Amino acid sequence: MAKNEIKYLTAIKTDKPRKKYCRFKRYGIKYIDYKDVEFLKKFVNEQGKLLPRRLTGTSLKYQRKVSDAVKKARQMALLPNVTDLLK
Amino acid sequence: MKHYEMMVIFTPVLSEDDFKAAQKRYTDLITAEGGSIVDSNPWGLKSLAYPINKKTTGIYWVVEYKAASDFNAKLNVQLHRDEQVIRHLYTALDKYAVEYNDKKRKGLLPNKKAEA
Repeated sequence: MAKNEIKYLTAIKTDKPRKKYCRFKRYGIKYIDYKDVEFLKKFVNEQGKLLPRRLTGTSLKYQRKVSDAVKKARQMALLPNVTDLLK
Repeated sequence: MKHYEMMVIFTPVLSEDDFKAAQKRYTDLITAEGGSIVDSNPWGLKSLAYPINKKTTGIYWVVEYKAASDFNAKLNVQLHRDEQVIRHLYTALDKYAVEYNDKKRKGLLPNKKAEA
């Protein structure tokens, strides 16, 4: 057999998608401040739209708090309603 | 006496002492009605994320206060009548919010969420 032909006995180890977790439960954050724009930007995509739970992995209870905070921030012109290059 | 937090955006053409006078007017209104100011935090001139009636900057002011529950109606009338105010938002603070604000003022907020 050619020496350089590599045969894999076991499948190549592909990294399993990381288990998503709700960062609010894990770090015990109870209040999401609408004034904390840098933190809210983690939950908003480039167009300024809210990211769905399946991407951020937050639980329903905190996703509602995040959406309230983002909407208040948009009302007070801290976050744009729609933009093209937010990050 | 419930905790409330109000954020007000004034027109950018406001001079420094007008801004102080406006702040004083609202703080007096709150204390006159038996409320009390927990913390007043003027942010000063900031650029807005989107223009509000043709203005792209505004002077922000955040104040946390304790007041009776029927006080906000009077405050609302004043805010709408005042033409220096271009936007305002007052929210009730639950116990977690109050605790968060206290910790933030004392600066011992663990910014765990920063690296999460």
